[in-house]
Amino acid sequence: MPIQILMPALSPTMEEGNLAKWLKKEGDAVSAGDVIAEIETDKATMEVEAVDEGILGKILIPEGTENVKVNEPIAVLLEEGEDASALEAATGAPVVAEAPAADPAAVPAPATVPATVAGPVVEIIPDDPEIPAGTEMVSMTVREALRDAMAEEMRRDENVFLMGEEVGQYQGAYKISQGLLDEFGDKRVIDTPITEHGFTGLAVGAAMSGLRPIVEYMTFNFAMQAIDHIINSAAKTLYMSGGQMGAPMVFRGANGAAARVGAQHSQDFAAWYASIPGLKVVQPYTAADAKGLLKAAIRDPNPVIFLENELLYGQHFDVPKLDDYVLPIGKAKVVRSGTDVTIVSWSIGMTYALNAVAELAKMGISAELIDLRTIRPLDMETILTSVRKTGRLVTVEEAFPICSVSSEIAYQVQEQAFDYLDAPILRITGKDVPMPYAANLEKLALPNVQEVIDAVKAVTYTA
Amino acid sequence: MAGSQTKSTGAQKKTAPKARGAMKNAPAIADFNKEEELKAYREMLLIRRFEEKAGQLYGMGLIGGFCHLYIGQEAVVVGIEMAKKKGDQMITSYRDHGHMLACGMDPNGVMAELTGREGGLSKGKGGSMHMFSKEQEFYGGHGIVGAQVALGTGLAFKNRYTNNGNVSLTFFGDGAANQGQVYESFNMAKLWNLPVIYVIENNKYGMGTSIERASSTTDLSQRGASFGIPGVQVDGMDVRAVKAATDYAMEWCREGNGPYILEMITYRYRGHSMSDPAKYRSKDEVQKMRTEHDPIEQVRARLIANDWASEDDLKALDKEVRAIVAESAEFAQTSPEPDTSELYTDILI
Repeated sequence: MPIQILMPALSPTMEEGNLAKWLKKEGDAVSAGDVIAEIETDKATMEVEAVDEGILGKILIPEGTENVKVNEPIAVLLEEGEDASALEAATGAPVVAEAPAADPAAVPAPATVPATVAGPVVEIIPDDPEIPAGTEMVSMTVREALRDAMAEEMRRDENVFLMGEEVGQYQGAYKISQGLLDEFGDKRVIDTPITEHGFTGLAVGAAMSGLRPIVEYMTFNFAMQAIDHIINSAAKTLYMSGGQMGAPMVFRGANGAAARVGAQHSQDFAAWYASIPGLKVVQPYTAADAKGLLKAAIRDPNPVIFLENELLYGQHFDVPKLDDYVLPIGKAKVVRSGTDVTIVSWSIGMTYALNAVAELAKMGISAELIDLRTIRPLDMETILTSVRKTGRLVTVEEAFPICSVSSEIAYQVQEQAFDYLDAPILRITGKDVPMPYAANLEKLALPNVQEVIDAVKAVTYTA
Repeated sequence: MAGSQTKSTGAQKKTAPKARGAMKNAPAIADFNKEEELKAYREMLLIRRFEEKAGQLYGMGLIGGFCHLYIGQEAVVVGIEMAKKKGDQMITSYRDHGHMLACGMDPNGVMAELTGREGGLSKGKGGSMHMFSKEQEFYGGHGIVGAQVALGTGLAFKNRYTNNGNVSLTFFGDGAANQGQVYESFNMAKLWNLPVIYVIENNKYGMGTSIERASSTTDLSQRGASFGIPGVQVDGMDVRAVKAATDYAMEWCREGNGPYILEMITYRYRGHSMSDPAKYRSKDEVQKMRTEHDPIEQVRARLIANDWASEDDLKALDKEVRAIVAESAEFAQTSPEPDTSELYTDILI
């Protein structure tokens, strides 16, 4: 029985990739462990190894093909004694597990991601006052936007440097720093040992003495090793020195849940850092905001926590083609105007919110959607203006519910707009549990679009 | 190797500290001339008298919170200051008053910070453990044990990044020497050959726990060995030994050889902080250090023996130092508390 070789998933979040090269041709004998092809994703190039032995009977996806979906058959392997006549049956036959990724449980991305993390289905209001009319928009990923922001700022100020694990020769664990080592050299793009506490302290010391470090954490989960320096050394020095010296620097990296990486790699730390006076906290959703706000963060004379999301890195958004696109930190954006309810979200929470807004529109509910973009300072004015108009508020975030960013928003809204509220404020958050690994439990632990819709229906008293 | 440090016995001739790494040909003791002896004496005396006054003000309730006195350890920071060049940075822990005075920060500003007044170096918002000076390249004053080691390594990183020829003097105690980030810092400092001298002020107690009860190995000068960082133990009660060792380490750093460790064997006469009665050691132990190894008395004896100063000269010097300290105490009590509007300033720029 011929065996189908499937497009493998090379990371927990991979949904598709390019078939860069076949290293075996049709008719070649293949042993288990042989490298048969090279696959490229936006993060890396990986080799595909054969699991079974046989003869490469037919290549179904030629090399150079882009955007091949995970689990799509890419070739057929013939067993000993079979010939090409067996192929026809195989190519039309149901998928037989062969490649490592063929086990559905090992392909989490399609299982958990598309339902919640599909691109926006609601048109985003492209009305940033910072963008002059007629500006050309370029589609790019959040990943590229972050890289461009760093490169532009490093060209602008030679005191800006990037340090972190795998930022240089490896080109970034998530390929955010791709190409930076080539352009700026190892003086300014610095591979560190795996010692977050130490290199964060070192970077804070460098900032106190006048440099402008960008510290990349492979994920913010690892920054817990370094949180003493972020808070006690970076955030408090300006105050403790009576304004004499501070730490002008950026701490950035992937934050929050990715997919199927378990409890220790799936936490959103926005509320932790947002509770600290002396820090700014930025958490963008779109590529344009990622670029404009990262540039602002690098120039900011204060320590800025810049929280990215791995699942957003590969998503495309329109980014204005401007020489120097810098957005103000601390300014939320009304993404869609509406009259019946205010939905406040940020970062990956926006994916749930946007999809919910589209569904609600079909039901005749007009939701106003605000993307916070910055968590500290919190743009309460934009939220309050909207709530005073709609009288209702639903928040959407992936973080834990207790003492979360939405707890703070809810508190401030009841304090400052109590008389305007026509319903209790409802929050959609991650569940109050460590992130489970099992795909079904993980899905339950995260927010979903239906929860947002239900909350909006509840506050608008819609059946 | 814990007992291998040279003993301080007044003006007696000494042998070189046990040679390790690149220190083989370094002199054990700097040959001080009259001016240097007098300078060292005056600087150490200023710290001693200042700290005594701070202890007094603490007892009067004028200084709050924590207050860690440097009495007994004066030779370390004064000897190092004498080997420093302009531009070299200093950073230390919370036992920091001596470092600030040694590097030239205003005694009035330091004392007024201790009392939490507007005229304090941090406008009263930092306190005893948190003062800074861009002008004097002093980067604090840090209250988290060991944090300044990574920060000080960052100062050295800046020196290498900008090629400014300066050296970071990063001070920490025997207690901090067991913190993990110290070794993370050692690793990067040697990996990138950063110009940093790690000055371990081994006063033998991390708060109330003696080094023998806290450290698996007690020769802290060798803690850099597995990173390829050389180090020596130095008699930290003899300002000349401190100066000589620091001169050597400075040259080592400025020549691009990377970090160096100086373990200063020293002693604090007072408790860990003002609230520590220091019951974990005997009165005799303290008394013995005071009478046989006092850093200031050693210089005083040499000044008299060499006929470089008379008793009257030294009395006059003492009077001058006391006047500076009295003025700082006066300033610290008359400077007003910070304006309440200061509560919300200096949080962000």
